[in-house]
Amino acid sequence: MNSNQVDPVNIQAGSTAENGQYLTFSLGDEEYGVDILKVQEIKGFVPTTRIPNSPHEVRGVLNLRGTIVPIVDLRRKFNLEPVEYDQFTCIVVVVVQERVMGMIVDSVSEVMNIPSADIQPPPDFGNGLVGNMLRGMARTGDKLIILLDIDAVLLGDSVGMAMAA
Amino acid sequence: MNLDMTIFHQAFFEEAADLLAELETQLLRLEEAPNDIELLNTIFRCAHSIKGGSATFGFTDIAHFTHGLETLLDRLRNGQAKVSGELTQLLLESLDQLKSLLAVARGEAASAPNSEPLIARIDAAIADSEGQKPTIAAVAAEPEIANEVQRYVFRFVPNRDVMRQGSDPILMLRNLFEMVEEVQVRCNRSNIPLLNDLDPEACYVSWEMEFNSIHPMTSLLEPFEFVSDECEVSLTAVAGYWEDNAQPVTTIVAAPTLADSAVQEVTAAAASSTAPAAETSVNAAAKMETHTLRVSTDKIDKLINLVGELVINQSMLNEVVQHFEISNLPRLLEAVAAMERASRELQERVMAVRMLPIKHAFGRFPRLVRDLAATCHKKIDLRTTGEETELDKSVIEMIADPLTHLVRNSIDHGLETPEERIACGKNEMGVVSLNAFHEGGNIVVEVSDDGRGLDKDRIYRKAIDRGLISESDPMPPDDVLHNFIFHPGFSTAAKVTDLSGRGVGMDIVKQAVQGLGGAISLSSTPGHGSRFRIRLPLTMAILEGLSLRVGDEVYILPLTSIIESIRPKAGDVRVVAGQTEVAMVRGEVLPLLRLYQFFGVEPVVTEPTRGLLVIVENDGRKIALLVDELIGQSQVVIKSLESNYRKVDGIAGATILGDGRVALIIDVPGLYRNVMPAQPIMSTAA
Repeated sequence: MNSNQVDPVNIQAGSTAENGQYLTFSLGDEEYGVDILKVQEIKGFVPTTRIPNSPHEVRGVLNLRGTIVPIVDLRRKFNLEPVEYDQFTCIVVVVVQERVMGMIVDSVSEVMNIPSADIQPPPDFGNGLVGNMLRGMARTGDKLIILLDIDAVLLGDSVGMAMAA
Repeated sequence: MNLDMTIFHQAFFEEAADLLAELETQLLRLEEAPNDIELLNTIFRCAHSIKGGSATFGFTDIAHFTHGLETLLDRLRNGQAKVSGELTQLLLESLDQLKSLLAVARGEAASAPNSEPLIARIDAAIADSEGQKPTIAAVAAEPEIANEVQRYVFRFVPNRDVMRQGSDPILMLRNLFEMVEEVQVRCNRSNIPLLNDLDPEACYVSWEMEFNSIHPMTSLLEPFEFVSDECEVSLTAVAGYWEDNAQPVTTIVAAPTLADSAVQEVTAAAASSTAPAAETSVNAAAKMETHTLRVSTDKIDKLINLVGELVINQSMLNEVVQHFEISNLPRLLEAVAAMERASRELQERVMAVRMLPIKHAFGRFPRLVRDLAATCHKKIDLRTTGEETELDKSVIEMIADPLTHLVRNSIDHGLETPEERIACGKNEMGVVSLNAFHEGGNIVVEVSDDGRGLDKDRIYRKAIDRGLISESDPMPPDDVLHNFIFHPGFSTAAKVTDLSGRGVGMDIVKQAVQGLGGAISLSSTPGHGSRFRIRLPLTMAILEGLSLRVGDEVYILPLTSIIESIRPKAGDVRVVAGQTEVAMVRGEVLPLLRLYQFFGVEPVVTEPTRGLLVIVENDGRKIALLVDELIGQSQVVIKSLESNYRKVDGIAGATILGDGRVALIIDVPGLYRNVMPAQPIMSTAA
């Protein structure tokens, strides 16, 4: 399992960040957060080139200043209803394991400081896919933010990256 | 010195590899022209540079080994020794030893053969050249004093330009002082000029000193090894103290012949004790090795000029656009055209930076052929043409091994023995040719011989044995038959004798060539020899491609694999066995692949007569691809899909179109693998 190899790295990164900064974005009714250090840039949605014989959630590839970047649609990844892309739709470009990848989200919200004390471990889903993709849950005010382990999300088996790693 | 030398090691390895290659070429020429003094000078210079470099970077064993070699070469150069066949052999063996030592230093090999027997032979050769044998005496004397405290008188007069050449006398002295005690130093400052005339970068002082040391002279002189040619360095062992007016015991004056290899035992011992430490640091260096490229300054100057032109073009364009009126349109078009010209040329020149002449790959063959000729007892004339043909650096690196295999193959199996040749009425000297040339956007490299040619009957029988064809099949045509030898497991041992029993087959050669995007073919005439022909793309970074539309998606097909494209008539496409579709093209029946099906595209054209068939060939097998339409031909820059994603079936890579969108490049060999995995080889011929 690729995600199992990824985990130790994240635990380490999480433990050193006493006051971790997270980029939050919305997807459906939920608010998600990813480690800001993994984010390279945010850009508006642009059409991608489909890659044949690839998993459903890999929407295609994009030319990012001369680099070919695969784009994962997080709605597809999380089995959410598809929506029309609009002016709020964003591509969050992240660097995971030295790979540049993009993910499509409904809209980007803000950069938040979340003290590690406010982060609860994810509820026990067993050792399934869902459990591996979560780093924890953070409560700020009345909002619950789901913190993603982005390496596991993007490099997990279902995106088909395991073949490459 | 605390300076971390490992960062320079890579440069040294590259330089040493170049020097060794040069040395090899020159040594082989020396066999033919033993009295060419210029040749001897070149050889000496190569050895000298290797010694210098290895000593600086702390590869003591290489420096030590080369030192003896250098002394011998110096004797040759001065006419004190004569070049003989035996001596050339010794020099070539020394060269091999140097290669092994370098491989160890690079961390590529765990250990090298012991240098000592060769050093002994070199010493013997040196001694022969002298008639007398002072070196033997020195061998006896040196170890005795090695562990005893010895008083030395040392004089060091640096060259005035020594600091400008990058050497620091103080550093050298500091290194010396680590090895000595009870030092008395006199510094001669009489040459220092008045401040007005003083050049701050010149060295005006010299030193005379006396010290005790338990180290042998060679170690003491080591810090000065690099400046010994330009500076006066002398070290004298004295019996007692300076004031005692003692008689010198031995004097070694630093000169190119300094510190004879006579002290081999001592230095070798020292080298072995420091070896583990050196090895670890070298391994670290090998890990962080980066690929580098030497580029002639000429090429870079041209690039700089072009970039300058591009900047001017761009500012011109800016100006036109800023105050744009429609009457300015011609000027705008002109500026864009100039920009296009400059950027196209820039692209070509940048690609040219990666290009190296193929002689880098050919360079190893004269030696290989010489050695093989000796082991096979054959007489071989190696002819090379087109050595200046340029190829991408990575292609050159990867083609060298397949070429070596082909050359060995030609010599082992192709060429007959001199007796057989004479019996056939041929010249007893067999010819192996290596040719490289351009042919229509490709580079072709040919390896041919004038030997016996392939034995068709044996290949036919072997193919039946291996179940590639059945016994009832007639003898297939030559090209099909020849292709069998590229089949995995189709051992070369099927053909006559095999001297070396190497585990590499022709299928590996074929794989390597295909990995480079190339193709290999073979022609052979019984009794007259055979010829392997490798066709390679000019570069792996740019591809001449045909863009085509499938549904509403655009794909790029490499032009080299396209034979033709046709619009099929009704009835040209048939269904065989209710499933497989085939296309009839001029009487040939080709498997048909609907690209929209393979790539899962929402189809627009499903009726073959409304689309186009593009006939592609790979490996001598053709298939017809159904596409919607052809868009046009263009050069595309290949971008990796794998660096951020992964390998995708049927896709070789991606490229960026003029409008910034990404288009995928079709992997033609990959189509075959995925479409017809279980296709028998004889599909078209059977």
